[in-house]
Amino acid sequence: MKIFNRLLAGVAVLSLTATAALAEKLTIATVNNGDMIRMQKLSGDFTAHNPGIELEWVTLEENVLRQRVTTDIATKGGQYDIMTIGTYEVPIWGKKGWLVSLNDLPASYDADDILPAIRGGLTVDGKMYAAPFYGESSMVMYRTDLMQKAGLTMPKAPTWDFIAKAAEAMTDKKAEVFGICLRGKAGWGENMAFLTATANSFGAKWFDMKWKPQFDTAPWKKTLTFYLDMMNKSGPPGASSNGFNENLALFQSGKCGMWIDATVAASFVTDAKNSTVADKVGFALAPDTGLGKRGNWLWAWSLAVPAGSKKVDAAKKFIAWATSKEYLALVADKEGWANVPPGTRKSLYANPEYAKVPFAQMTLDSINSADPTNPTVDKVPYVGVQFVAIPEFQGIATAVGQQFSAALAGTITADQALKNAQMLTDRAMRKARYYK
Amino acid sequence: MARKSFNMNKVYFTVAAWAVGLLIFFPILWTILTSFKTEAEAIASPPLFLGFDWTLENYAEVQERSDYFRHFWNSVVISLGSTLVGLLIAIPAAWSMAFVPGRRTKDVLMWMLSTKMLPPVGVLVPIYLIFRDTGLLDTRTGLVIVLTLINLPIIVWMLYTYFKEIPGEILEAARMDGAGLWSEIVHVLTPMAVPGIASTLLLNIILAWNEAFWTLNLTAATAAPLTAFIASYSSPEGLFYAKLSAASTMAIAPILVMGWFSQKQLVRGLTFGAVK
Repeated sequence: MKIFNRLLAGVAVLSLTATAALAEKLTIATVNNGDMIRMQKLSGDFTAHNPGIELEWVTLEENVLRQRVTTDIATKGGQYDIMTIGTYEVPIWGKKGWLVSLNDLPASYDADDILPAIRGGLTVDGKMYAAPFYGESSMVMYRTDLMQKAGLTMPKAPTWDFIAKAAEAMTDKKAEVFGICLRGKAGWGENMAFLTATANSFGAKWFDMKWKPQFDTAPWKKTLTFYLDMMNKSGPPGASSNGFNENLALFQSGKCGMWIDATVAASFVTDAKNSTVADKVGFALAPDTGLGKRGNWLWAWSLAVPAGSKKVDAAKKFIAWATSKEYLALVADKEGWANVPPGTRKSLYANPEYAKVPFAQMTLDSINSADPTNPTVDKVPYVGVQFVAIPEFQGIATAVGQQFSAALAGTITADQALKNAQMLTDRAMRKARYYK
Repeated sequence: MARKSFNMNKVYFTVAAWAVGLLIFFPILWTILTSFKTEAEAIASPPLFLGFDWTLENYAEVQERSDYFRHFWNSVVISLGSTLVGLLIAIPAAWSMAFVPGRRTKDVLMWMLSTKMLPPVGVLVPIYLIFRDTGLLDTRTGLVIVLTLINLPIIVWMLYTYFKEIPGEILEAARMDGAGLWSEIVHVLTPMAVPGIASTLLLNIILAWNEAFWTLNLTAATAAPLTAFIASYSSPEGLFYAKLSAASTMAIAPILVMGWFSQKQLVRGLTFGAVK
């Protein structure tokens, strides 16, 4: 009997080993934002329904991840089967043939349910190269109590002039309350994401139709001087080193009257566990100047399959699960509606339960008011609201961001910053042979 | 009187040394303290030094989300492996340069050191391609090779400095007694250079443990060491400072403990030959 039992145990172990050996292992590279971590936690639901597929996670900080997946995909390293990439990478990589088209996802996936603004940013020549996991725009988050104290009412769609006026009225430097908190830290995804989106609303643009840089034009001067004046009058000290996290900390601890940043921040500032102002936050659309464009951006963290992957079918299965309507319902069921990844599907915003989330409608309105294929007042040759979807942009915008950050710190003037930005962008574009 | 002033000097120097020591240690101390706070306490203004509700929830969450021990084991294998392979190459190399110098020995040493002046990202793509073609991507063997190569100039330089302190006559005497090259290096030179070799070994383990460019770029899931473990807790969109601090504390704890126990050897090795 003992021998029989041992034999049985041996067979069981062997069969388990064989199953493990037969299982297809998907390596998924992802950023470590809250929504992604939640996906990792809930992925047991996927593996339970797909026993032949194992998941291996590589979770990294955004900039490290970007460097690693870019190296891997450019050299066809084949280390990852699924990559989390942004709306900046998708058009560039899709055009180069580095990504697998996701047009053949099953009909039950209902790709037509994806918000058109988000889907447009992930599609190249009619092919969708990435499926959105969550989408975000930017909007105004403000302190309702301070606004009331200042005797003002925030309109649903404010102008920049109103924001500047309200910022000044809400500022009480003695009490360490600053009317406006905005990004000042240098970087293409930091201050330049904000300033590029803001510039769109002032009628400025990065390039004209011949790819010539436009920092020497009046709209850019207006954008930068407005930003610097407002920040110098009503912003916190040391703002030139503030990014998303620093401003989030300031807002949560009650030191900002208004903060214009990613819609994803809404769930943080209204979370009573970490925010001291959770019940005093209102939302409004990003401001404009009446020229037809608002100062909000559009971004989506999306899942894509690199062309080098040998497990395309399994990877598509996972993507179809992670970006499906069913996944949204699963998150709502396990973690509540406020934690559902926002900004991807029309059906989510049609759901009456989700409509109760305080920032849901404003997030949708913000996303819908951004158009990545037509981002500026004048016509431009590029795609992207807060970025320009060309490979050179990361380097150029980070260098320009350093100039603007220096202007905010007061080490150079706005005119010098714009002159330097024009010079260095012109040099980079000539070098990249956009023109002679 | 002279004795009193001597004592006062000693007190001043001790206080100054403690002040500098605490200043240098403060970021580590702050990281450790933050790891026991909640996320809200981690960003509190003014900052909370000790008066907060101590919690272990960050450690529990980090352990639940990541496989710490796999990353830890990878760090151990990579740092020890690269150090041992590096020493095996560097001891003979430093011996030849110290005791049988040629006309170009100094130039060779400088050339070796100059490889450290190249920004690593400049050679990322060629090395990535070599690793891809040889199947070394995301393997501990690959990382041992690359870390051996990048730290080799420092190992050779350090050992060369120690070996230069050893009188050549002792080796000559060993040769006259019939010792061959192998016996001379293994039985005569190495025992005399043990303190130098030990401090080189320790320093190299620390360098390899902390290396965060190659270990992040050449690994994915299998061979990722503790540097990748920390990188998975830093986020530009979301305040996870307490969890990041817990992950950092877990990553630096082993090397901190090792440094604490071997500080005598380390200090001796680093100051060896500094005063003549």
